[in-house]
Amino acid sequence: MNIIVCIKQVPDTTDVKINPETNTLIRDGVKSIVNPFDANALEAALQLKEAAGAKVTAVTMGPPQAMDILREAVAMGADDAVLVSDRAFAGADTLATAYTLAMAIRKIGDYDLIIGGKQAIDGDTAQVGPGIAEQLGIPQITYARRMEMDDDMLLVERMLEDGYEVMKTALPALVTVVKQINEPRYPSLRGLLAAKKKEIPVWNAMDIGADEKRIGLTGSPTKVVRIFTPQRNTRAVMLEGEPEKTVETLAEVITKLSV
Amino acid sequence: MNALIGGVVRVNFNLSEEQQMIMEMVREYADGVLKPKAREVDERGEMPWDNIRQMAEMDLMGIPIPESYGGAGLDFTTWAMVGEEVSRACTTTGAVFGADMLCLYPIYFFGTEEQKKKYLVPLAKGEVVGAFGLTEPNAGSDAGNVKTKAEDAGDHYILNGSKVFITNAGDAQVYVVIANMDVNKGARGLTAFIVEKGMPGFEIGKNEKKMAYNSLPNRELIFTDCKVPKENLLGKEKRGFRVAMETLGVGRIGMGIGAVGLAQAAFDEALAYSKVRVQFGKPISTFELVQAMLADMATEIEAARLLVLRAAFMKDQGVPYEKEAAMAKLFASEVAMRTTTKAVQIHGGYGYTKEYTVERLMREAKLFEIVEGTSEIQRLVIANHLLR
Ligand SMILES: Cc1cc2nc3c(=O)[nH]c(=O)nc-3n(C[C@H](O)[C@H](O)[C@H](O)COP(=O)(O)OP(=O)(O)OC[C@H]3O[C@@H](n4cnc5c(N)ncnc54)[C@H](O)[C@@H]3O)c2cc1C
Ligand SMILES: Cc1cc2nc3c(=O)[nH]c(=O)nc-3n(C[C@H](O)[C@H](O)[C@H](O)COP(=O)(O)OP(=O)(O)OC[C@H]3O[C@@H](n4cnc5c(N)ncnc54)[C@H](O)[C@@H]3O)c2cc1C
Repeated sequence: MNIIVCIKQVPDTTDVKINPETNTLIRDGVKSIVNPFDANALEAALQLKEAAGAKVTAVTMGPPQAMDILREAVAMGADDAVLVSDRAFAGADTLATAYTLAMAIRKIGDYDLIIGGKQAIDGDTAQVGPGIAEQLGIPQITYARRMEMDDDMLLVERMLEDGYEVMKTALPALVTVVKQINEPRYPSLRGLLAAKKKEIPVWNAMDIGADEKRIGLTGSPTKVVRIFTPQRNTRAVMLEGEPEKTVETLAEVITKLSV
Repeated sequence: MNALIGGVVRVNFNLSEEQQMIMEMVREYADGVLKPKAREVDERGEMPWDNIRQMAEMDLMGIPIPESYGGAGLDFTTWAMVGEEVSRACTTTGAVFGADMLCLYPIYFFGTEEQKKKYLVPLAKGEVVGAFGLTEPNAGSDAGNVKTKAEDAGDHYILNGSKVFITNAGDAQVYVVIANMDVNKGARGLTAFIVEKGMPGFEIGKNEKKMAYNSLPNRELIFTDCKVPKENLLGKEKRGFRVAMETLGVGRIGMGIGAVGLAQAAFDEALAYSKVRVQFGKPISTFELVQAMLADMATEIEAARLLVLRAAFMKDQGVPYEKEAAMAKLFASEVAMRTTTKAVQIHGGYGYTKEYTVERLMREAKLFEIVEGTSEIQRLVIANHLLR
């Protein structure tokens, strides 16, 4: 079985400070980490590998320094890694990101399962996983909290707010995972040393045969106008007294607010 | 640190790129996993197998053992640096980690190819844990007085006698045991054996109740006509004193670095506390007498760390390091005692309560001045070298 894990490099939010004037993240000097949900995705892949045997390939789209998280993935146990990197990818929204990753995954080829995180802790959209599945035309199951092979089908427990769904899919398929699925392992010494020596290819737009109109800023229909923390203007009014009285007052308040 | 020129150590304090990566990972693990549950580990009263299993998965249990025998193929300097982090975050796990090497190392150094395949590989992979049994009720500092008797019975040896205080005993699967084949000859009769848990005639006795290290196993080993196969002789007959001394050399590095980690933990607690504890309207860290304590603690810890790492480095270079290891162990353990005492002092009355970690660290520090050669014995060893 061939498993591809999509991992993203994100700023360590425990380190992040917000610039109060611009309301944007201060990224300078902030440590970069593997998006935590993607570490769960990788762990899930490694557990499937240990249970049933598989080749695990980690892929990321990002700047050259994103190589760090690929080495970390190899140190944890990924067999291979690919960095998808090109200046032309800059400014990609979720659509362009999904397209780019899908093209890279096509180039890796011969995949049975693609695993990603539920969402990235910086972008937070949770769109890239499903986007990749759409681009590739394969089934997707999001929010997986358990996953195992059942003959040649994949059995997945999908987390819902008030319970879970059990789903079964044929492969190839794409799954995104929640943190409840597992506890990511620490890399091993041997893994670390192997990762240091590992040749990790870097693919640019041409290598993956990407259509230049569909990548980066050009390929991104979404434009960010402004990012801000919404103001909270809630006021609470406590109604006290006998229930009959308070119900009356409440009715009046609601009428006045014309909800 | 690398390169020896004309017997003088030319010092290079830079970590290699590999060591940097390893230490980053180990620090993250120590702070993220070991430290948060250190108190619970101390209270549970049993070996922290969860930590040991995890460390085995990270290849941390056989760092200086070659990869062909299941280890990570690194050196004793790296092993020591990792040991400091483990001990700093969880002293109990650090002690298990250190004592384990007292079993791995002699098998690696003196073992036959078959012994290494059979015992060293699972030990270095961390699948099982090891122990080293030298001390007896009447043979502590006077190791030559070991009375556990080993007799040649043709196709096997017969062991009779007992050991006390043995770290990891009971939980360990493999034991390097020092017995005596000629009690009249004292140290010149000592012989080392590899004994496996469950061998007929080998029993584990009571667990000591100690001043500290409540969850560290320290049990008796009891041999009653214990049959040990011929092929489990470690090294040569009546050459066990050398096995013991060679092992204690590495043990001193392990103990020394364990003490450094413990002292560092106490210092970190004291420094943080001094900044938040307010008296006379100011944080106590603004008082010069408190600052002096902090400065002394930090300086001594740094000196102890350098002494231990130098001894480890000399071991890696294959030059004699016995005196340096004794100095490192002596100094580091006394630094741990002084540092923890000051850390309690800086905490005032709160430092004397169980609420604060420094109380436990101070009790734990005392062990280092006793175990694997008391401070007095270390001074004797050092003086012997000086007066040669
Ligand atoms: C409206 C909008 C506009 C944006 N505009 C810009 C812009 O102009 N310039 C800019 O630089 N960024 C921009 N971004 C950010 C960028 O689009 C996203 O970071 C990126 O598309 C990934 O989306 P996400 O972070 O929400 O990931 P999610 O969709 O939350 O991530 C889900 C999963 O997809 C996978 N994944 C996501 N990204 C990657 C990746 N790069 N490599 C590998 N796997 C990945 C991971 O498995 C991850 O767990 C914009 C984001 C939004 C929401
Ligand atoms: C928690 C713990 C773990 C241990 N783990 C192990 C283990 O894994 N394996 C193992 O084999 N042993 C182990 N030991 C035993 C330990 O190594 C001994 O306790 C130590 O060597 C001291 O021996 P002793 O207790 O018999 O003290 P003694 O030798 O009786 O010493 C008593 C006092 O006399 C002093 N003294 C003795 N001889 C001299 C001298 N010639 N000159 C000056 N002063 C002297 C000592 O310094 C000490 O102050 C452990 C002990 C403890 C407490």
